[in-house]
Amino acid sequence: MTTQAPAPVPWLRLFPAGSYAGRSHALLLRSATASGRAWLAFVSGFFEPVFYLIAMGQGLGSLVGMLPGPDGAPISYAAFIAPGLLAASAMNGAVFDATFNVFFKLKYGRLYEAMLATPLGPVDIALGEIGWALIRGGLYALGFLSVMAGFGLLVSPWALLALPAALVVAFAFAAVGMAATSFMRSWQDFDLVTLAILPMFLFSTTFYPLSVYPRWLQIVVECLPLFHAVELMRGLTTGVVHLGMLGHLTYFVVMIAVGVTVASRRLDVLLLR
Amino acid sequence: MSELASESSAQREPAVSAALQGAGPRSTGRAPGPWGGILLVVEHFWTWYRRNWRATAVSSVLQPLLFLLAFGVGFGSLVAGTGSAAEATGGVDYLVWLAPALLAVSTVQSAAFESTYPVLSGFKWQRFYHAMAASPISPAQVALGHLVWVAAKMAGSGAIYVIVIALFGGVGSAGIVVSLLAAVLAGAAVAALVTAFSATRENEGAAFNALFRFVVIPMTLFSGTFFPVDRLPEWVQPLAFVSPLWHGTELARAAALDRWQPLAALGHLAYLVALLALGIALSTRFFARRLVR
Amino acid sequence: MLLVADGLVQARGLRKRFGDFEAVRGVDVDVARGEVFGFLGPNGAGKSSTMRMIACVSPRTDGSLQVLGMDPDVDGPRIRARIGVVPQLDNLDAELTVRQNLQIYGRYFGLSRAHVRAKATELLEFAQLTDRADDEVEPLSGGMKRRLTIARALVNEPELLLLDEPTTGLDPQARHLLWERLYRLKREGVTQIITTHYMDEAEQLCDRLVVMDGGVIVAEGSPAELIERYSTREVLELRFDPALRPEAAVIAPLAERVEELPDRLLLYTADGEHTHAEVARAGFVPLSALVRRSSLEDVFLRLTGRTLVD
Repeated sequence: MTTQAPAPVPWLRLFPAGSYAGRSHALLLRSATASGRAWLAFVSGFFEPVFYLIAMGQGLGSLVGMLPGPDGAPISYAAFIAPGLLAASAMNGAVFDATFNVFFKLKYGRLYEAMLATPLGPVDIALGEIGWALIRGGLYALGFLSVMAGFGLLVSPWALLALPAALVVAFAFAAVGMAATSFMRSWQDFDLVTLAILPMFLFSTTFYPLSVYPRWLQIVVECLPLFHAVELMRGLTTGVVHLGMLGHLTYFVVMIAVGVTVASRRLDVLLLR
Repeated sequence: MSELASESSAQREPAVSAALQGAGPRSTGRAPGPWGGILLVVEHFWTWYRRNWRATAVSSVLQPLLFLLAFGVGFGSLVAGTGSAAEATGGVDYLVWLAPALLAVSTVQSAAFESTYPVLSGFKWQRFYHAMAASPISPAQVALGHLVWVAAKMAGSGAIYVIVIALFGGVGSAGIVVSLLAAVLAGAAVAALVTAFSATRENEGAAFNALFRFVVIPMTLFSGTFFPVDRLPEWVQPLAFVSPLWHGTELARAAALDRWQPLAALGHLAYLVALLALGIALSTRFFARRLVR
Repeated sequence: MLLVADGLVQARGLRKRFGDFEAVRGVDVDVARGEVFGFLGPNGAGKSSTMRMIACVSPRTDGSLQVLGMDPDVDGPRIRARIGVVPQLDNLDAELTVRQNLQIYGRYFGLSRAHVRAKATELLEFAQLTDRADDEVEPLSGGMKRRLTIARALVNEPELLLLDEPTTGLDPQARHLLWERLYRLKREGVTQIITTHYMDEAEQLCDRLVVMDGGVIVAEGSPAELIERYSTREVLELRFDPALRPEAAVIAPLAERVEELPDRLLLYTADGEHTHAEVARAGFVPLSALVRRSSLEDVFLRLTGRTLVD
């Protein structure tokens, strides 16, 4: 009797019966245990954006000087790119966890195969993986925000909201990433992931303002999810907050809804093949 | 030598060897020479590449192109005409100043990548290095074949990159061809050292992750690619001086912009050649240790 | 022709040490041209280490070794040019096609492109892989990969073929197909050295074999000789209810020898049925009884006091 699965939460009825045992935390425990053994890889994720901030903020900044902030008032180059790097690292971490990591575990680790032989169902696994990606992303965001504070780049109490915002961004990318993974057949398909992530990282006003582009290109950039993440972060860390930012937030709520729906519909394909 | 040895032993026991001679087949195999063996390993990778080149197109062509667009064109237009940028580049267009450095970054990055997972796969997952070592090919030839192949591939994709850069107006002089050689040299030095490192790994996990995050990425950021090294905080600058990428970048830039300082150039060259020699010595040794034990 | 002193392989006092651990502790082996020679023993007996020394990919720690009349320490590449190696784990290039694996490997033996093209076609036929020739290796079944590995080892028409546990992990059908191919090679005069921990495999394939345990050779001969020397013609296996199980000593007079296993008693005897009847007549009632032909497994049990299961 002790191993019987608890009754499913009502709203989860939309998943196929038997796909959820309410045991996602078991997966979190597993991830935390595995990370404890590979702590170096875990910790290293924090340093990448910090290296970027030091190199680009100082070095490139010396070529640029000041740039106009969200409200037009000039801010330092480091203050300009830091929120961009924060948004980008939330995206990178979430996408990596939800695509490469999940696919590797599927194809080589056979980890899920073992889990599905227990009361755990596909939904437990999906929630557990996304949950872990968020915990990890949240820790990285917290670390990066502390570094920004140390460099004096946080000037407003609104910056505290950058942490939950980073989690929303990470959740959106993780959900869409996992949905995408369910369509992947081989490693070759992951070139497409790189193909989506790298240009976004480089062109979504992370390193220079939108005004650099011709108008038609500005419109393209404005459609990219990372652009909205950067806008959100830049507003919060510089303290230029306005109602329009809810629009950016809506973008991610839609991404989460679409990502979770597609991913859960495709869970069988993802996990039970 | 050995024929003489077996002749003398045959003379000692003529009856037995006579009975054994002639019976059974005679192998068609023979051992290739020292260079021939290396080229055969390269031929192996070339056969692989002919089947799989599409898979590498994104990382070897598109990725450098995106960096060129983002920083050369995009960031370049942001700083165009500003005094601080002109001061940093010595008066030339930012794109022209950046291009040879991007060339070096792309070769060094692909050198590092090609020498981590693929090398470990040869030892551990696909294990085809062991198959090579069971043939007349020696472990040192396997290691050198890998390095020659990586260098050839870097030179090839680097040449394509030069053409792309030229299309965007980033080529100032024919010196860029010498830049390409410098970039390949820096890449080869990195490839040799990373190959040696990979040959000592039992599994990928944390080690490669740490290598990329703590060595390769900082190297690309702190080696004077996007801005002169003296713009960095003073405590970071020594990082550049040990970085093979910085030396390669300095050489590539001197060639492209025709700003040679003979003594400095010799120093960069000597450093890279020394690293390459060290990497070759270590990787041939570690390959032998792992394949013959 | 200057060839071979005493045989294709001649080892005297061969030793291999890894740090503090001595895997091979003084082995003498002679393999003559044309024979199939086996190393039999459990995991860790030193079979693979010995094979690797013969394959010239592991320098010996001590003793003397001649392969094809040459010293592996001096002439490694020239010896490897004339032998074929089938390793314990397949090491094919999974991202190349079946045919490319054969052709590329042939090139390592200094063979011309035209030659390896023709040879690959012939070997595909031999390995029954002709219709998979242009598929990648990755999706092939275990048996197919194994056959390809063996075909690849034949690309240089080796005088000596080394097979390290060639059928481990294969299903019975794949095993029998492989045995048939290996027997065909033997008839063509290819000398083979095989390691295995399967008794039936050794009995099927080997003209002569040595039993290794703990890094030394504990017995040597043909399978029939070994069974003759260390076992009886038949074995009666008795399984008892643990509570009613008689002492081995009590039952011992009924057979030439009795071996006590945790779950069974093995009675070595010339006539199993006869002994079975005598056991019943003496008043012992086993849960089950099985009469079988004696095998190398029994030889191994006799020599080492252990079963091969490990």
